[in-house]
Amino acid sequence: MPDIERVVHAAAARYEHDATQLLQILIAVQDELGYLSPPALTAIATTLNIPRSRVQGVAGFYSFLYTEPVGRYRILFADNITDRMLGAPLLLDELCRKLWLERGKLSEDGLVSIDTTSCTGLCDQGPALLVNGRVVTRVDHRRINRIAELVRRQVPVEDWPAEFFHIDDNICRRDALLGTPFKPGSALIAAMRLGRNDWLQEMHKSKLRGRGGAGFTTAVKWTGCRDAPGQQKVIVCNAYEGEPGTFKDRVLLNSFADHVFEGMTLASWATGAQLGLVYLRGEYRYLWPALHEVLERRRAAGLLGKAILGTPGFDFDIQFHLGAGSYVCGEETALLESLEGKRGTPRIRPPFPVVRGYLGRPTVVNNVETLAKTCLIALQGGSAFAATGTRQSTGTKLLSVSGDCAAPGIYEYPFGVSIAKVLDDCGASDTQAVQVGGASGMMMATYEFHRSIACEDVPSAGAFMVFDSSRDPFEIAHNFVDFFVHESCGFCTPCRLGTTLLKGYMDKIARGYGAKVDLADIDWVNRLLKNASHCGLGTTAPNPVVDTLVKFRPAYERRMQSLDFEPAFDLDAELETARRLTGRADPAAYLNGNNEARP
Amino acid sequence: MSAPEKTRVATASLAGCFGCHMSLLDIDEHLFELVEKVEFDRSPLTDIKHCGACEIGLIEGGVCNAENIHVLREFRQHCKILVAVGACAINGGLPAQRNYFKLDDCLRQVYQYRIGMTDAGIPDDPELPLLLERVHPIHEIVRVDYFLPGCPPSGEAIWSFLSDLLAGRTPRLPYSLMHFD
Repeated sequence: MPDIERVVHAAAARYEHDATQLLQILIAVQDELGYLSPPALTAIATTLNIPRSRVQGVAGFYSFLYTEPVGRYRILFADNITDRMLGAPLLLDELCRKLWLERGKLSEDGLVSIDTTSCTGLCDQGPALLVNGRVVTRVDHRRINRIAELVRRQVPVEDWPAEFFHIDDNICRRDALLGTPFKPGSALIAAMRLGRNDWLQEMHKSKLRGRGGAGFTTAVKWTGCRDAPGQQKVIVCNAYEGEPGTFKDRVLLNSFADHVFEGMTLASWATGAQLGLVYLRGEYRYLWPALHEVLERRRAAGLLGKAILGTPGFDFDIQFHLGAGSYVCGEETALLESLEGKRGTPRIRPPFPVVRGYLGRPTVVNNVETLAKTCLIALQGGSAFAATGTRQSTGTKLLSVSGDCAAPGIYEYPFGVSIAKVLDDCGASDTQAVQVGGASGMMMATYEFHRSIACEDVPSAGAFMVFDSSRDPFEIAHNFVDFFVHESCGFCTPCRLGTTLLKGYMDKIARGYGAKVDLADIDWVNRLLKNASHCGLGTTAPNPVVDTLVKFRPAYERRMQSLDFEPAFDLDAELETARRLTGRADPAAYLNGNNEARP
Repeated sequence: MSAPEKTRVATASLAGCFGCHMSLLDIDEHLFELVEKVEFDRSPLTDIKHCGACEIGLIEGGVCNAENIHVLREFRQHCKILVAVGACAINGGLPAQRNYFKLDDCLRQVYQYRIGMTDAGIPDDPELPLLLERVHPIHEIVRVDYFLPGCPPSGEAIWSFLSDLLAGRTPRLPYSLMHFD
């Protein structure tokens, strides 16, 4: 197949036949061919001179890489709880009906397929869907009608109405980062004036902690990288914002990209790294062109490239890598594996990435928001930065507020803000629960709303999903459990099986077959996940269930069929075929001993 | 001093091959030790038809028909500790291979369409328990306390497991005895 050969060679050539760029090459080939057919995988393996099994393994790992034919229109509805609350499941069914197809199946003419995907980071303007990788926001019945029409008429996605793809920043509260005017290059000039060592000292003084969720002190990371042996150091910006309910990085990359790139350059100044990599989640691919423009502008202004701002020896440039739908790649070592063109399986630490990271080089991996914050430190000084927030969590935090509130969007607060204050500001009323930090975070009940967002109290990567009293806490936890089953990378047994077992119990309870003894089994699975999983995905996967079982136990109990054990299905109905075939209706033909099936 | 009261144990084979029961007999000279400590209630070994109050119930085999369910429920009701013994009780095992087919197809293929059938017809005698749509491991039907894997578990594994149970220790098979085949 000459066409496949041509496409594969072109893609491989663009990435210099570098096997560590396998993921990028697979994405490029799929862009051209629609899906990754077996001959295409073989051609890629041959061209890159790597085992075909490796190519297949990587292609099979990522949700947005397809090894089976897909429709010319691939429509994926975001399936986060906030999208569901805005009616996404009904809209999905409606579109399936209008296009005469079954969810998850390709239409017979090969035109269209419809399915769900994990949170797309548009919870503030959902329900959202992806069509051929492009985000459509604010889907409603009218948009569904129009989408059905556009697909039927086979209008190319590029020609769909622009307003479908319109994405708002929705910044609702500005503080130090979002509210201060910023001149690109100013932070860099300030830091370079200090010199590399004093700049790192300012970072230490600022006590800045990582904004991705783990809260590790940034200056310690940078120092570790600077002092690690090895010349070719790397700064990685983790823009894989996969945590359900989080969308702050989307806004930062859209409107504050200079902060982010300047932050990476500041990290390079401190550590001596010359290579910067941005790992962008596939869902944010639409940001790519604008981000490239910003990079070009910065290169032209001497803020990137060789001898930055005329300083000999200060060389640093930034490249982009695209993800392809895998939540676990937000974990820093899985991200590094993915950057190296492999399956996103988390590594065992130590060695930590600052010692052995990308391609074995000393690597700093920082969250988008963390990097943006370093500009403030360069401009105001570390002590001024440390004067805001709380003692252990300095500075401000961007919260992605979504769910049952009047004004969903981005809210920037100094660390230490109470949950009640945020609820008040976003216009939430009758709130019964807030999920702080996303699916892997903490579910807070009303009696905890006085608590504050800070590493020392309620840590958060930024998600803040609000649920009023009309919502069912069990359904929320059930949604998050489904998410973890889908996103478990499958590498370690406790997580792969544990999440699936947990889903089995949640499904059983949801169908009304639950029994109290199932709650004890759930506790056991939760302990297993927490204690035995390979990485943070597995250890945090039970959190939504653990929290709701403690704080919203009646939401489970009222679904229970019995206090003793019950099977997960209608046992008597299983005798129906045999009853029919034998024509029997005697008492022994029914499990409860009389002629009526169980109610 | 009166002899200590013996632990009452019941056993049953549901959709199994009695291989696990044979393996129980394979504990050889430990049988003497066992009968010192236990008294068998309902079991193929005693031919007692219904289960009385017991401390331990051992179930071999999965659940393939209505009678299996009644037996299993009776065991659950009367046994303080219920153990799934062997591959079929734990996973459905060999009988569960029919789960890849519809029951309708299975029965028709065997009793109606089979070449050389005379007097074809699906047996409908009320004496015969009705088959379930699928074969289930026992933990899908009742609460199960412990699982003893193996096809069958070796006599050594069964003895180790029972010794633990009888002595009040949480059963924990040594690695060398832990196998699923």
